[in-house]
Amino acid sequence: MSSTTTTPAETASFGGVHARSEAVLNKVARISVRNLDFFYGENKALKGINLDLPDRQVTGMIGPSGCGKSTLLRVLNRMYSLYPGQRAVGEVLMDGRNMIGADVDMNELRAKVGMVFQKPTPFPMTIYDNIAFGVRLHERMSKSQMDDRVEWALSRAAIWGEVKDRLQTSALGLSGGQQQRLCIARTIAVRPEVILFDEPTSALDPISTLKIEELIDELKRDFTICIVTHNMQQAARCADQVAFFYLGELVEVAPAAQMFTAPREKRTQEYITGRFG
Amino acid sequence: MPMEMPAHIVTSYDEQLRKLRDMVARMGGLAERQVHDATQALVRRDSELAAEVVARDAALDQLEREIEAFSIRILATRQPMASDLRFIVAAMKVSHDLERIGDYARNGAKRSIVVSQQPHLGSLNGFQRMSVLVQENLKRAIDALVNDDAEEAERVWAGDEPIDDVYNGIFREMLTHMMEDPRNITAATHLLFIAKNLERIGDHATNIAETVHYAVRGDSLPEDRPKADSSAYAVIRPPE
Repeated sequence: MSSTTTTPAETASFGGVHARSEAVLNKVARISVRNLDFFYGENKALKGINLDLPDRQVTGMIGPSGCGKSTLLRVLNRMYSLYPGQRAVGEVLMDGRNMIGADVDMNELRAKVGMVFQKPTPFPMTIYDNIAFGVRLHERMSKSQMDDRVEWALSRAAIWGEVKDRLQTSALGLSGGQQQRLCIARTIAVRPEVILFDEPTSALDPISTLKIEELIDELKRDFTICIVTHNMQQAARCADQVAFFYLGELVEVAPAAQMFTAPREKRTQEYITGRFG
Repeated sequence: MPMEMPAHIVTSYDEQLRKLRDMVARMGGLAERQVHDATQALVRRDSELAAEVVARDAALDQLEREIEAFSIRILATRQPMASDLRFIVAAMKVSHDLERIGDYARNGAKRSIVVSQQPHLGSLNGFQRMSVLVQENLKRAIDALVNDDAEEAERVWAGDEPIDDVYNGIFREMLTHMMEDPRNITAATHLLFIAKNLERIGDHATNIAETVHYAVRGDSLPEDRPKADSSAYAVIRPPE
């Protein structure tokens, strides 16, 4: 049912005109999910998931509501372990270690795997402290080092120019799109390896959305990215590989160019062409 | 046959796709008729029919523009994916092939008016035969598009050789007429072009078949299609 390995981008062609898909998928997996089951109490929400997140590539996860894609994202940084009755069985391998094993330190994991949510979640503090807060938890550094780190993170999140003169004002005064980029800056400030995006633009206007997409494209040079989105065009634009989930199963995973022009599975086809249900 | 697909959640989207399919089918039928009538005009020395073919080409051009505009509208408003996307792009490509087919038919009709004023050059059975084969392939390719039938498209794509064979025969025959008597050159040259037009129409039919195959299956046919046109070397074969 589910595919375990990423295939190299296949050639997409039309009527003899052959075009190499732009993104050639990296074969090295940063995260490998193996035989993962997930339970909300008695309810099995993920069934035997096998999926590789290729290093420094964008993996898009699509599927109807309740299909398990957000659940998988929550497993990847162990968000679920905050809630009693929720448990994961299987492996999420990162550098050979099972990140959902009992021996893994949660703070260490969260520093490696950052997450950006659907609604911007700035802390009620200054712009500067929003960035510095997480860094202070993990690293000790001088004021000037921290200044550098804050500037670096805000620059990478493409918001430095807009906030550099108001770093000591409240982050709550920023627009929605700016707040979301601030949250991305906060996430990358601790220099994670993987960034998870849970519908990062569904609360934003079209221009802010495009800015975030542009940012994701830029960030994938240094980070492995996984994005859950309901917006199919967004997955087509941002992702190198796309995984389609349905009823807790991974139905199909393929390079984005193939997924949106010629998916193999009937259920994928029906979902992405708007024929579901 | 393709995967059986349920209807879209949005009904008007289905209606638009159905309308697009109908437009391409209508254009295909018209192109086929143009090829048929152009050949009849030649064989029967019917200049009036030839003039009708020439005049009717504008309708094909108009249909091509309509299909293109409608396809672009669907692309812009629906952001189609997968099989829908492939079908819409295929409709645009096929309408372009059909427009070219119309141009070749019109050109043949024009030439047939000149040929009908020249002395007879023996039998035109080869042209009849070639035209029937080409029309058949064209009809089957369009039917394959309308019915999402990749197997039929593949058969059309692979079945162009008999057309090439007839073409090679005509080519030799016309050369012979020209060598026999220079007064045949005017008619024989026009007839050669007409035969070449029919051969090109056959090639466009195989293009359509290729496009249909991709639209239905999502993968391409191999790049080299069986071909038998040897007219390039009919008189002199260049050194290897």
